[in-house]
Amino acid sequence: MRYSAFRVIAEALTGHRGWTPVWRDPEPQADYDYIIIGGGGHGLATAYYLAKEFGQKRIAVLEKGYLGGGNVGRNTTIIRSNYLLDGNEPFYEFSLKLWEGLEQDFNYNAMVSQRGIINLIHTDAQRDAFTRRGNAMILNGADAELLDREQVRAMYPWLNFDNARFPIKGALMQRRGGTVRHDAVAWGYARGADMRGVDLIQNCEVTGMRIERGRILGVETTRGFIGARTVGVAVAGSSSKVMAQAGLRLPIESHVLQAFVSEGLKPFIDGVMTFGAGHFYVSQSDKGGLVFGGDIDGYNSYAQRGNLPVIEDVAEGGMALMPAIGRARLLRTWGGIMDMSMDGSPIIDRTPVEGLYFNGGWCYGGFKATPASGWCFAHLLARDEPHPTARAYRFDRFLKGLMIDEKGQGATPNLH
Amino acid sequence: MIIDHPILGPRDAQEFVYLGDASLMNRPDGLSDGIGAFHDYLYNRANPVGEHRELWYHEQGDRSWLVVTRNTLTHEITKVELARDVARASGRSR
Repeated sequence: MRYSAFRVIAEALTGHRGWTPVWRDPEPQADYDYIIIGGGGHGLATAYYLAKEFGQKRIAVLEKGYLGGGNVGRNTTIIRSNYLLDGNEPFYEFSLKLWEGLEQDFNYNAMVSQRGIINLIHTDAQRDAFTRRGNAMILNGADAELLDREQVRAMYPWLNFDNARFPIKGALMQRRGGTVRHDAVAWGYARGADMRGVDLIQNCEVTGMRIERGRILGVETTRGFIGARTVGVAVAGSSSKVMAQAGLRLPIESHVLQAFVSEGLKPFIDGVMTFGAGHFYVSQSDKGGLVFGGDIDGYNSYAQRGNLPVIEDVAEGGMALMPAIGRARLLRTWGGIMDMSMDGSPIIDRTPVEGLYFNGGWCYGGFKATPASGWCFAHLLARDEPHPTARAYRFDRFLKGLMIDEKGQGATPNLH
Repeated sequence: MIIDHPILGPRDAQEFVYLGDASLMNRPDGLSDGIGAFHDYLYNRANPVGEHRELWYHEQGDRSWLVVTRNTLTHEITKVELARDVARASGRSR
């Protein structure tokens, strides 16, 4: 069923009896051409583009819980393409361009809102670094603007401009950045994939991989064996666990990242703001809640919940930047599990097992990457060669010294 | 989280810096085992669900390195040892 304003009116006049389920709930078949493990944003986007852009058929997405129940439903919904390095920026700009046409493409309201994102500047050195980054963005076809202090003040007059430690001196702005309704991204891709014949199989956990003579033949699941010559894994957060079934060790640690929502407030932040020096970033949802976050907790975890010291740290960062939120109450906090890679950048690559492909290592930047990640992974699965914007996301970059390390932290996943 | 320091008793985890898997103590001797072994040591991790032996450094305390056995699913800490003792027990520093 195609959604349109006309359809809404027609249904309203006929008692809303014509709406049908958004996707089927099929039984798994014995055998597919492609299996995608992971029914989150990246897995569903992969299946969608595999069917739509690469014309492939007989595709299944296997999800251990329900569609969109992992990190695509647990993030802070920000999209942007403000990276510095050559391996990253073209990919993220490709992703941002896909976001811009996404709703028309999959005929679903994902509430893509290009409300602009600013990264605050506090020192001359930081201004130099952000100037360089802005230039790198422009060279890669993205947009970037350097704002001075008064331009930032015109946008957000209530910020703490004269903080003794981190006075605000300006900002790097990307006007095309913004936020997206995260669950709707999963639902839109799921619906689009289902309409093109992809089987979305929920409550189906992969428990083993059948590999013979170095080639994948299918996966063992809680709903029986399912055969496929091509298997793509897109389970960021659980990557090490799933890939261990194929006997592989990954350059990844799983860490917990917490996020926060305040009670609903009147609109006063119309964009996205990051305060990197104080480890705090914030936007305001359409319901009025401040959606914010900070650093990862910093130790290996699969718990999907963090500890109190980070909550205190994030709250302090928020108070330092915008003292006005001191009276607002925190409504909820939650945690998601991040694939923290050894250089802070993702992996979309073949594996030593023929027919088995991997997509993961997204650190805490996976949501904004969803469309391009799906597109590039589908490209890799369908053609067995990397998409031009994702060529650098290889496993062997660590062996060859070709790390894509935006922060220059080295092999310390909890510092990226 | 509270880490029960073998010498100092229970201390808040905030006093510590986290490094990662305790197998990082077993660094290959240069490239004597081949470049593959060093690459695996430096970049690849087991990253298990459940029990995990890991290195914590008591930066805000006595600056000792600890090997903490902790469950990554529940955050429960079941064992804390001095990294020095673990290394000696494995035959190092003779």
